[in-house]
Parts: sequence; structure tokens; C-alpha cells
Amino acid sequence: MSDVRDIRFRHRRSADQDRGAPQHHPIIIVGAGPVGLVAALELARKGHRSILIEKKTNLSDGSRAICWAKRSLEIMDRLALGDVLTGKGVTWQSGKVFFDRRRVFEFDLLPERAQRRPAFVNLQQYYFEHFCIEAAARSDLIELRWQEEVEGFELTEDGPLLRVATPVGHYRLTADWVIAADGARSQIRRSLGLPFQGRVFADQFLICDIKMRMERGAERWFWFDPPFNRGRSALLHKQADDVWRLDFQLDATADREVVTDPDSVGRRVREMLGETVAFSFEWISLYRFQSRRLQRFRHGRVLFAGDAAHQMSPFGARGGNSGIQDVDNLIWKLDLVLRGRAPEALLDSYDFERIHAADENLLNTTRSTDFIAPKSPISRAFRDGVLALAATEPMARRLVNSGRLSVATCYDGSPLNGPDGFATDECPATRPGAAAVDAPLADGWLLDALGSGFVAVCFCREQASARAFQRARGRLEPALPLQNLIVTDPIACARYGAERLPAYYLFRPDQHVAARWRQPEADGVTGALARASGGAPLNA
Amino acid sequence: MPLTREPNLEDPDGLYAAILDAHADLSESESMALNARLVLLLANHIGDEAVVREALALARQSIDAAASR
Repeated sequence: MSDVRDIRFRHRRSADQDRGAPQHHPIIIVGAGPVGLVAALELARKGHRSILIEKKTNLSDGSRAICWAKRSLEIMDRLALGDVLTGKGVTWQSGKVFFDRRRVFEFDLLPERAQRRPAFVNLQQYYFEHFCIEAAARSDLIELRWQEEVEGFELTEDGPLLRVATPVGHYRLTADWVIAADGARSQIRRSLGLPFQGRVFADQFLICDIKMRMERGAERWFWFDPPFNRGRSALLHKQADDVWRLDFQLDATADREVVTDPDSVGRRVREMLGETVAFSFEWISLYRFQSRRLQRFRHGRVLFAGDAAHQMSPFGARGGNSGIQDVDNLIWKLDLVLRGRAPEALLDSYDFERIHAADENLLNTTRSTDFIAPKSPISRAFRDGVLALAATEPMARRLVNSGRLSVATCYDGSPLNGPDGFATDECPATRPGAAAVDAPLADGWLLDALGSGFVAVCFCREQASARAFQRARGRLEPALPLQNLIVTDPIACARYGAERLPAYYLFRPDQHVAARWRQPEADGVTGALARASGGAPLNA
Repeated sequence: MPLTREPNLEDPDGLYAAILDAHADLSESESMALNARLVLLLANHIGDEAVVREALALARQSIDAAASR
């Protein structure tokens, strides 16, 4: 593959620009980063046309988001992109943590083997975008408009109105729905004057991607207080093409010009990796971060996703992954609404569920940041105490926090959740709200078998119970618009709490558990299905 | 089980002295480091997070009370 970063996307004047009146489109997505692209691909897969507006002419500058979590890869599998991302990327699941010169802690993120996707794949954001753009080009339902910038946005009586600037003048568009995936500095958010509040961190971090040959596993290495960055932290992580991410915490007052100078960065790299290391620079960037979110992600027919809705510190790889999961949550709901199968109010659950997820991500990344960059002498005393004890004491290792890595949020308390027919504390990993846990089946993977509509699954070890279940379902609820699936594979049954007793699950189109029972009854399943689709009448 | 607030040590004077001995010859910042590690070890040993939180609240309360006097 020639360097995808050299690709330039030219502006093409659309017919819309030649009309006097604003042209109308059902769905406009603003921002062709990972979040906007995945939204367009998901919509296309469900048969919906969208216009994607992007101000740049190239892929992401620099590697930016590099760690794609298992859940994101599973979502990309539904777009048939899981293999290409995993194939190009670097699979990893373990890491080491150092304090000063000593190794104090090691971790392995995937204790449950036998899942299709690993805990993480590292891949530069520009590759993620590149594969999405290739897929978008194969669809006639996605129109990408490069080098077009939304410079004005308002909510009129007729719906959202966008003023778009292009290299050859301005034009206007209206839409039924707008997905604002236009990043941390979202123009749509600013045009609507929406408050974006939270905590600002003063610490500065230097990202430097280098290319080098190094015989070292694809582990995440994290240093607290290393000799080469005394009193601060550092990170080393492998990406595709022999590119390595180096991340150095810097003094809050460090001067940008000085610390990003390649000579000065080069000295840091040699102190970290040895005087003789041969490398070339790929990207150098200095960043600060904020922890904040919008109060609501849904504003009528404008739906915010990704960094436009929430920003967080990078420790835990929760920025890009949570953006993908925003879209995963949003698009099936929008699809049902567009097809008249659910009321618009279903989209309020996007607000509830993804704000719940954003708060969990903000809490985790903020805690990690407080551990990595202690703000007071006493917080440093506790932090250093944990690290010192971790060398010999197992009890302290669980407290070491170099980033709690992204896992799918369980939508506890969601208005879409139906009954949990399991005993308290029984099999909590698959309680209502949780993302489905993958497992091998005789002929593939559970997540593939679940598909992307509502599906009822009976997990049971005995063929006889399976047949009884099937007869009962046929008798009780012949008309439910619901796929049926029977799973008897032992690992899957164990993961869903059905080793001894059969278990019956209702999954949503995003493969989160809607409800589960030991003994399903027709009313219960019907009610749970209606509830999970926003209370709409069935078969509408 | 709530935090034990009644005497619970067989040799309170001996243990008190042992705590001070552990700090012998330490600078103020080293003592702070020792206290932090001690809190972490004991909190883990107690395990019951409600008890630890109750102790934290009680300790904090006595500081705040002193400050407002």
C-alpha cells in the first residue's frame, strides 16, 4: 500500500450548489472522521442514504486514535471491516508497568479466550479512516463531500439548516436529521451555543510517533517516574508499519516551540530507547486535554456523537472507541424511526445510554489522569506508595492505574431494559444492558449469528429443551417479528449462565441484552420487545 | 459490620509506640509516604469498603471539627 497519508480528496462541486434554494436531504453527517464514517456505513447497511460533509482534503493528520477495543472491532465486523482492520493492525492484550527502573506490574486483558476479536488492535487512525472510505466508495448510498465546511448552523421551523463553505463559494442545505460528528471543536455545537463544561487539565503531553525496527512484543509499556522522564510518565506502544507511539508527560509550563523541536524530541527518544537506536520521526504533537461533555447529545433532530459530544483524557483509549459505540447505539434507533417502526422518542434513549457511557468513560479517564499526574504532595504519596508496594504486594497491583482500558458500557437503568429473570448476582456479565459476549459456535461466532436485528436466543445444553422451547415459542407468540436462535455450544452456554438451566435472552440490534428469563412467557417477551423499541406497537 | 469504635486492641500503648517507632528518623515527606502505604495496606486488609469509608469520614470529621474551633 502506498502511503495513504498522501491521498488527497478533491472538492467536487455538487449539483446542490447550483440551486438557488437550499436542497433537502434526509440525513446529513458532518465530519468524516471514524465516527462520521461509521455512521454513514451503518446507515447504508440499513438502506439509508446520507451526505457526509468534511472540511479536510486528507485523512487524519498523524496517528491520533490508535487503540481499537474489542467491542469496536465487533461493531466493525458487522460492516465487514473487522478482518481488514485486524489484519493491518497490531494485536495486543498484555502490558507492563514500570516504576523508576523496576517492572512492578503486568496485565493481560482477555482472560476469556475463545472470542473472535482480541482485547485490542492498534492501528493508526488514518488507516481506520482509509478502510472506511474505501468501503463508503463501494456504496451508492454514501456521498462524501470533501473540502466543504459547515460555517453556520441553525434550527429553523423546517428543521436543521446548514450553511456550507466550499472552495468555489457557499451554499445551503436542509435535512431531516443531522449527525454532528465534527469533533472536539464542533462548529455545530458552537453554532447552537451549547455549553460544553467540565474539567480542564494543565498537564501537557508530547506524542511522538517514530518508525524503527525493534524486536519487542506488541505490549503496552507504561513508565511512572522513569530515569528518562524524571517525575513524570511515559508510554510506548506499537502500531502498524513498524511505527511506535511514544507519549511523554511534560511540565505544565513547558514551551511548545522548545519541546516539539525534533532535536529535543530526538534526545528524549534516545534517553528512553538507548543512544544507538535508529529511528525516523512520523509525527510530533503536543496536547492538553479536557474532561467534559454536552448536557444532552440529542437536540431535536440534531444528534451529537464522538468528540463533538464528549472529550476525555486519552488514558484508557476511550475517545475513539466511545465514538464508535455512540454510533452503534444511535443508528439502529434512527433506522427504526426512519422506517416508522419506532417513535422518535426512542432517540431519547440514545441520550440516556450514551450519556451514561460518557460519564463512565469520563470518570475512568479522570481517575487515571489523577493517578498518572498527581496534583498534590499527598496524592503523589499515595500514587508512589501504590507503585512501590506493587513490586512485591499483589494487593497494590490492582490499584495501579495507567489507564483503565475501554470496555463496552453496560446500559444499567436504561429505559429500554426489560426484566432480568436471573437471581441476584447471577451471571452479571450478561445482565440487561450489557453488550453481548462473543463465544465460538460449531459453525462460526455467536456475534455473527446474532446479526443486527432483534433476536431471541435460547441457550441450553439439552437438545430436548431446545425443541420444547421452539414448540412453546411457536404456540405462544407466532406473530412476533423476531429472529429465533437456539445455542447449545458449551462455552456460549457457560457465558450466558445456561450450564444447568436453559436461559432465554432478547438481544437488541446493537447486540446489547434487552432482557433475559429462565422461563419466558409470551407477554414478557412481547412487552420487552416493545419496550426496547421505544414502546412502539409491534408489527406497525 | 460498622466501624469498630470501642477499644479493640490488647496492648494499645504498645501498638501506639510501634506506630511512632515506624516513623523514627523519617522526614516529614517520608512519614507521609509511610502513612499512605499503611492506609493502603490496612484498607485492603479490612476489605469491607463501607467500613473504610466510615473511617475516612470519621477522620475527616475530626479534622474539620478542629479547623472550625
